[in-house]
Amino acid sequence: MSLTAQRTTPTYGAILLRGLLAGLIAGLLAGGFAFAFGERNVDAAIAIEEAAAHADGATAGDDHHGEDALVSREGQKGGLILATALYGVAMGGLLATAYALLRRRLRTSDARASLGLAGAALLGLVLVPFVKYPPNPPAVGDPATINQRTISYVSIVVIGLVAVWAAVVAARSLNADAQEWLRATAAVGAFLLVVTVGYVLLPSIDEVPDTFPPSLLWDFRISSLGTQVTLWTGLGLAFTGLLSRLTARSAAARGKTESVPV
Amino acid sequence: MPKVQAVRPVNPPAVSARVLWTAAAVVVGLLLLAYLVAFDQGAVSRSGMYLHELMHDGRHLLGVPCH
Repeated sequence: MSLTAQRTTPTYGAILLRGLLAGLIAGLLAGGFAFAFGERNVDAAIAIEEAAAHADGATAGDDHHGEDALVSREGQKGGLILATALYGVAMGGLLATAYALLRRRLRTSDARASLGLAGAALLGLVLVPFVKYPPNPPAVGDPATINQRTISYVSIVVIGLVAVWAAVVAARSLNADAQEWLRATAAVGAFLLVVTVGYVLLPSIDEVPDTFPPSLLWDFRISSLGTQVTLWTGLGLAFTGLLSRLTARSAAARGKTESVPV
Repeated sequence: MPKVQAVRPVNPPAVSARVLWTAAAVVVGLLLLAYLVAFDQGAVSRSGMYLHELMHDGRHLLGVPCH
């Protein structure tokens, strides 16, 4: 009768496989988005970078994009898809692992659990870092500070994830009979507290040259944000879809082999 | 009067130790993969700057600090 009482629990391996596959799909989607809407901004920024290098009378071109570069511009455009695909696979596997380990603690439906985790990752991994350290096109950024910027970037990613976690803990720390709006308020408050502390403690970085076109900077940053939003939206939906097919199948198999009333 | 105990189905343990270790190994592997895409400059991949340059545009558009 109550098939819902006994959860059909797929194995970790089955969940992980679907996460990796969903990540590949999402990574290719994000790569397509970046190729269609982001590359022209990268090209425009590189043109500015090279014009500046020539004007300086410094070494002709630079180590990244000159004619004698290690990888041609065409190669880098193909490498874009490779990068987003590999990144998507990595994120898909991490999302699937988080789902497998946390599923029982998330007191909601399977679909809402996986979509919620993907949304939490989008918020903590992408949106929180985006506001503090917005992505920069070529020609922006001082190569001498790359290590400092990388450390700061990783720090804000960690803080973003901690902020999401703090929100969940805060919402659950209230009494069981607490009103829904109170839980939501506690969650938002804890999230903002952690994010604010992170934003204040981490150094501000602004290395945009005065001569860099503001509209190009805006376009680049929006296309970069769009790439990440495409990746995580696609990943959440694809993973949830593959997962629901899996649970439906194992539920059907269970119904056939087991006739034990629950 | 004894309290009526609701009969609840006994759930299997959330995650076995074996799954936990497997998951830990998978996470390390996947973080390494993300590192190769996002940050590596040949130190781990031993490919010199080739992989770094190949995925240059991807890094910029994924929002990772590049150069």
